[in-house]
Amino acid sequence: MSETIVIIGGGQAGAQAVDTLRREGYAQRLVLIGSEPELPYQRPPLSKKFLSGELAQERLWFRHRSFYDEHRAELVLGKTVTSLDPATRSVVVEDYGELRYDRLLLCLGASSRRLTCAGADLVGVHYLRDLQEANALRAEIRPGARVVIVGGGYIGLETAATCAKLGCSVKVLEMADRIMNRVVAPVVSTFFAAEHAKHGVEILVEARVAALAGRDRVEGVVCADGTVHAADFVVVGVGAEARTDLARAAGLACDNGIVVDEFCRTSDPAIYAAGDCTNHPSPRYGRRLRLESVDNAFEQAKAASQNLLGGAVVHDRVPWFWSDQFDSKLLIVGLSQGADRMVVRGDPAERSFSVCHFAGRELLALEAINHSKDYMAARKLIADRATLDPDRARDPSVPLKEAT
Amino acid sequence: MTPRVRFVQADGREREVETPVGISLMEIAKQRGIVGIVAQCGGACACATCHVYVDRAWTQQLPPPEDMEVGMLESAWEPRDNSRLSCQITMTAALDGLRVTVPARQV
Repeated sequence: MSETIVIIGGGQAGAQAVDTLRREGYAQRLVLIGSEPELPYQRPPLSKKFLSGELAQERLWFRHRSFYDEHRAELVLGKTVTSLDPATRSVVVEDYGELRYDRLLLCLGASSRRLTCAGADLVGVHYLRDLQEANALRAEIRPGARVVIVGGGYIGLETAATCAKLGCSVKVLEMADRIMNRVVAPVVSTFFAAEHAKHGVEILVEARVAALAGRDRVEGVVCADGTVHAADFVVVGVGAEARTDLARAAGLACDNGIVVDEFCRTSDPAIYAAGDCTNHPSPRYGRRLRLESVDNAFEQAKAASQNLLGGAVVHDRVPWFWSDQFDSKLLIVGLSQGADRMVVRGDPAERSFSVCHFAGRELLALEAINHSKDYMAARKLIADRATLDPDRARDPSVPLKEAT
Repeated sequence: MTPRVRFVQADGREREVETPVGISLMEIAKQRGIVGIVAQCGGACACATCHVYVDRAWTQQLPPPEDMEVGMLESAWEPRDNSRLSCQITMTAALDGLRVTVPARQV
């Protein structure tokens, strides 16, 4: 009997699944359906080196087409899956037809949260999640252009840095009282705010967007306090939501993502899911997580693929994240929720320091700014649930792993 | 003439590949499916999963690693004094004949 595994989604998780399934010995029919016309590609550079023009499009590809040919993976690209029927184990693909599966892997990703205020659909309002959007944004960037960026998170700030490097006049509007407030310590927000200021980026906090102004094309952003920020174009980076429409319509359990167990199984035994679209249990953290991260997509897709083939691999990783803004690199490992003590190692004025988050003596998370040594040490320490002496960890001359 | 690089893969097999110049050794390895190069972060110097050992004859001919790379390598899997992150090595014509060994594991 011939078998078919179908992967829906051509992002990091989908591309990784092709690799893992073949590497693990799956030899039968394998189909990957992606809604974008391009070969599966890396998204992180879209706000950085691709946007700046340093990386050509083909350097974003995870693999060249020959890889998929050699691994006998059928690519159905630029096509949308319109429905999924778990009862008949089939999906309907627009302009393609019905496809039966024996096992299905959903790697649907996340989509940008949209502004809903007046003027939100004006021309010149950009989001940044895929290549098409990145190309549209690139076409607007020119020296002297006035850019207003809504949202001071990773996407907003990386885009701000790239636009500033290319000579734009950049303003960032952040709703909270500091940038990246949900992911880093205040001292890290302060450091990056200063880096942006040094490069001419104006960051306004506690700025609530009330409307986008303009006739056909956006001309400015109006804040709730009445201030108007003139703009030649606007970039919105206000978070993302798991893509669950297909799964929800098929009756799969969804709750801030497609609900999966630690083996990446959805509520249907023939359907697994991986990546940004999942809400998954974390044995390590004792709660459910929905992560938007390359590492999670990669590792969860690996685990899901092994389990699709009969394995019992538990997906339980220490999350990690990175961001590049100007010439500074932010590396984060672990999740700091539940921490009761924060220790700064080193002096931010030196432009290389790290922030440790402890629960008692256990290191829960670390944010490293231009400090890969602490970051790499922390990856091991956190994975091992090592305990340290927080007072010794404060001394940057003591290697982190020796701060016991 | 197109430069060539030899990879001793994580599975022990040795492969010689032709390489374009101007892109990183990691990108070449990914394109060619060199076994053992993971490169999760895609070249951002953020994951240390494209670690290689550079043949002794070549270590001096590469530009020295920057601080970020040195810090990443310190806690990589079994680092040696000839360890490098392949995402930080840009291929040039002068590197024709370069030989690197992929460690058995990345992390």
